[in-house]
Amino acid sequence: MYAPQTTTMAPEPMMPFPALITDIKEEAPGVTTYALEFEDTAVRQSFTFQPGQFNMLYLPGIGEAAISISSDPGQPETLLHTIRVAGNVTQAIARLDVGDVIGLRGPYGSAWPLAHARGLDIIMVAGGIGLPPLRPAIYHIIHHRQEYGQVTVLVGAREPADLMFPGEYDAWREQGIEVLPTVDRADDSWEGRVGVVPMLFYSLRPDPRKTMIFTCGPEIMMRFVVYEALARRVPKERIYLSLERNMKCAIGFCGHCQFGPTFLCKEGPVLSYNQIEPFFSVEEF
Amino acid sequence: MTPHIPPLNAHVVIDKPALQTLFDALQTAGYTLIGPTIREEAIVYDEIGRIEELPIGWTDEQGPGHYRLHERGDGRYFAYVVGPHSWKKYLYPARLTLFRTRRQDKSFTVETGEEPPPKYAFIGARGCELAAIAVQDRVFLEGPIQAATYKARREHAFLLAVNCTEPGETCFCVSMNSGPRCESGFDLALTELDDVFLLQVGSQIGAEMLAGSGWRPAGAFELSHARRLLAEAETQMGRTLETRDLPNLLYDNLDHPRWDEVAERCLSCMNCTMVCPTCFCADITDVSDLSGENTARVRVWDSCFNPDFSYVHGGNLRPSIRARYRQWLTHKLASWIDQFGTSGCVGCGRCITWCPVGIDLTEEVAAIRGEG
Repeated sequence: MYAPQTTTMAPEPMMPFPALITDIKEEAPGVTTYALEFEDTAVRQSFTFQPGQFNMLYLPGIGEAAISISSDPGQPETLLHTIRVAGNVTQAIARLDVGDVIGLRGPYGSAWPLAHARGLDIIMVAGGIGLPPLRPAIYHIIHHRQEYGQVTVLVGAREPADLMFPGEYDAWREQGIEVLPTVDRADDSWEGRVGVVPMLFYSLRPDPRKTMIFTCGPEIMMRFVVYEALARRVPKERIYLSLERNMKCAIGFCGHCQFGPTFLCKEGPVLSYNQIEPFFSVEEF
Repeated sequence: MTPHIPPLNAHVVIDKPALQTLFDALQTAGYTLIGPTIREEAIVYDEIGRIEELPIGWTDEQGPGHYRLHERGDGRYFAYVVGPHSWKKYLYPARLTLFRTRRQDKSFTVETGEEPPPKYAFIGARGCELAAIAVQDRVFLEGPIQAATYKARREHAFLLAVNCTEPGETCFCVSMNSGPRCESGFDLALTELDDVFLLQVGSQIGAEMLAGSGWRPAGAFELSHARRLLAEAETQMGRTLETRDLPNLLYDNLDHPRWDEVAERCLSCMNCTMVCPTCFCADITDVSDLSGENTARVRVWDSCFNPDFSYVHGGNLRPSIRARYRQWLTHKLASWIDQFGTSGCVGCGRCITWCPVGIDLTEEVAAIRGEG
């Protein structure tokens, strides 16, 4: 006379979709790019993402990790993820070959504010593995070059061999993007700048009325980027950072990625400095 | 023949033993009954079928780090407050398989994790607990993505609520505006009087479950008696929490010396987060068989007091207990409001009672306010 004795279930939102590894490219010591394609045609063809968003990569029996998408948003059928070996999951991914299958779900999180940045100059500041989450934004700008003003990419790495995507800098330059790499420690092969990334600001004369900053890298580096940008009167609401915290679910249920009022998986990872300022310098927050 | 059922929002009375007819009606309708019962010297929530399984004639004595049961010898059915369990044990199980994978050649298939859950009838949910369920509804159902496992349990749950007429020593629902009266979100709300139960009908299904109970409309005496008991209960809260401008108070005091002081006492044992009816943090982990062919993706309750909770490659972001306690309290009382438009605290007092060293969040807030 009443409803059935058990209830019905909607699909679990954390279920991954199998995705094939179609290419593997070593970028730097311990850093590798994996090209992934969803096995299911409908899933593959309906997937789109915005620069700055991330996916959850899953290996059954090992676990799941949040990894930014590093590829061209104009070609979402093949998704690149540039991964540094850091924990269990990334170590296990490092043992995979072309033709292996991993679980993939996404995209999640906020994106670089590229619509907001139209007509403005953009300074991107990347430290180490911070460049891959910015690369989709660089591709977007190349596809829509006339919509943006001066675009400068400041890239830092510990050593020359650690630089991300050095083979692409000339192609970006040909599209009117200034690329300034620097390394903390040079070797004999290195003829470029030496020093930490925020120092590259000293060679720039940004116009604070029309400059936007996108930065991704170690938090200590981003603190100095914010400092240098504010010193040049770039307003807080035009400084964007991509933050990293522990993530388990990516959909706001597990609580791990909280940064004060913010769930980095939902409102982040890309946030403006005025959103996070009260908490950014609190120790152990 | 149409069964004799009371109208919606009506107040009716039934004889106390007739509560069994309500249990029977719920079971006939396919519900699994969960209610308070005594296990290991505590009142917990577990599957029940007979009214005799309720802690009739018992009460609980609570204080910071203190919980004891006593026999009252008066035959009262609901003369106790909340114990270590909350309904999240059923709506958001401590351990749940989300999905399973099976390896096939180089690829794998993904299957749903579990059978659809039973329809639950929760017997004896208090005002603070209805508020806690409403808080978890916001977390799991009202965001951009719905938690399927929570929804399947929640949407058919029957709630027999109970108005608290004898608050406990660690209760402060009046401060959190969540009790002692159950205002909404129930199918039936019960007030225990001397000889009868007064019931407010909150839903059509609640009304239908009373068909065989011998109910009769409540009289003026019964209604005024219940009003008086609840008015008295409001004045008997064991604790108060001043909520005025609480988020800013905490955000402005992230470096207050009180965090160091409480960290000296806090064991970071996670009891407070386990007993909290709103805490929802979870880990998600894999369980494989020996062949490695079959893996279950399992969600388990986690806690911001777990040192690994904040692990990001290379280390934990909150290594000190000071930082972890601060994270818990500021989330519960401040950032929760930014995130979900409601406090994460409903004033049930569980975290005070079940803290092994008796840390009392109302006392911690008062100290930060400078009133300690």
